Amino acid sequence: MNEPIITAKDVRLHYGDFEALHGINLEFARGEITAMIGPSGCGKSTFLRCLNRMNDLIDSAKVSGDIRLDGQDIYAPDTDVVKLRKRVGMVFQQPVPFPFSIYENVIYGLRLAGVKDRAKLDAAVEKSLRQAALWDEVKDKLHDSALGLSGGQQQRVAIARVLAVEPDVILMDEPTSALDPISSTQIENMLLELREKYTIIIVTHNMQQASRISDRTAFFLQGNLIEYAPTKKIFMNPDKKETEDYISGRFG
Amino acid sequence: MRQEFSQELKTLHVDFSELGMMVNAVVYKSAKAFINHDKDLAREVIDSDYLINERQMSLEKRCFELIALQQPVTSDLRLVVTAMKASSDLERMGDHAVSIAKSTIRVKGNTRVLSIESDLRKMADAVKKMSDEVLDAYVHDDEERARAIATEDHGINDFSRKIYSECIENMKQNVDTVVGGMDYMLVASYLERIGDYVTNICEWIVYLKTGKLVELNSSTEEDQF
Repeated sequence: MNEPIITAKDVRLHYGDFEALHGINLEFARGEITAMIGPSGCGKSTFLRCLNRMNDLIDSAKVSGDIRLDGQDIYAPDTDVVKLRKRVGMVFQQPVPFPFSIYENVIYGLRLAGVKDRAKLDAAVEKSLRQAALWDEVKDKLHDSALGLSGGQQQRVAIARVLAVEPDVILMDEPTSALDPISSTQIENMLLELREKYTIIIVTHNMQQASRISDRTAFFLQGNLIEYAPTKKIFMNPDKKETEDYISGRFG
Repeated sequence: MRQEFSQELKTLHVDFSELGMMVNAVVYKSAKAFINHDKDLAREVIDSDYLINERQMSLEKRCFELIALQQPVTSDLRLVVTAMKASSDLERMGDHAVSIAKSTIRVKGNTRVLSIESDLRKMADAVKKMSDEVLDAYVHDDEERARAIATEDHGINDFSRKIYSECIENMKQNVDTVVGGMDYMLVASYLERIGDYVTNICEWIVYLKTGKLVELNSSTEEDQF
């Protein structure tokens, strides 16, 4: 395993009185793709959202435990959440195009950060769109509305928007579940390309996707981390019966 | 969906066992035919080989379909892979039975050496025992048993070596036994190969149960004539 970039210790999350995560311990290796799988309601997306403090936006959600990014406690009182989310970007299930041009969509984060230099912005747009494997398709219509793109293209715009701010970690919550197989494959290929530079943590319901692209797989069930191991092991010969039953479709 | 898949896996398991029984029957018949100089029985073995080949191909084809359509993982995948790989071992055992049957037809009329034939009979019995046992171990997913069965292959190899030296000895003393002796040696080596295939199947049973690919009876110190 590469050295960990994110270390989570005994992470618990309560929605009011309900404990949704029962003490998760997990380390994410730098430069690897980690897949988090499990049936709906198992806590994998909730846990993913803990990693860039997305759950702060939900009033009833209370997180305890310790989550460190490069050794820094991300729940420390002096943490700048905006900076944190710049380092730990997120891509959602449904592509969220803003009602502006493709160009403006991609540099949205940079504009927020106050970047005004045109050349810098142009360069960032091209670089991020290339990384998101979308440049060739949209280079001649950068100033058209992003709303006119297909779902797969919109999702790649969303990824380019995250890449433009040069994060260290990219969190993805079922990024291809709303896409057709061809768009999904494009995104999977892109993730494999990005793996060298970024740490990617992906929640997916697609077992084959997890087995195709991830280095490690974490299996969640009812708020617990059941098994976490190299993906090959999980899909060939997992230690836990629950893992085996879930990935071979015997329940869930 | 899953229920149907589980049913198909069960059917695959049963079909594999049936193929195994067919193969064991021809191994037994071919050895019996050779020992009793029974040309008709030998022909029966040769003529029925296509049934085994067809069965094996249909089983293999179904494995491919299951892999493509159901994308099995973990123990399901192992079951499919085991059926696929071990069935080709079974099919090869059938081919060796055919070779023994062909020797039977050739050997008729040659000068016989009774002591060698007696050893061949014992060897054939030992091979038959092994191949019966391995099917039982497969049906019961019995890894320990599979490992134990594989060790019986040492005895088969001992027979093989013994028969080889006996044949050479006889050929030296009486040139009339050369032609028949060659066939004795061939049959012993076919039986020995069948024992090796049974050992392969034992290895697949270990894989089925544990997910580990093992080499039982490493050939480096074995089979040295």
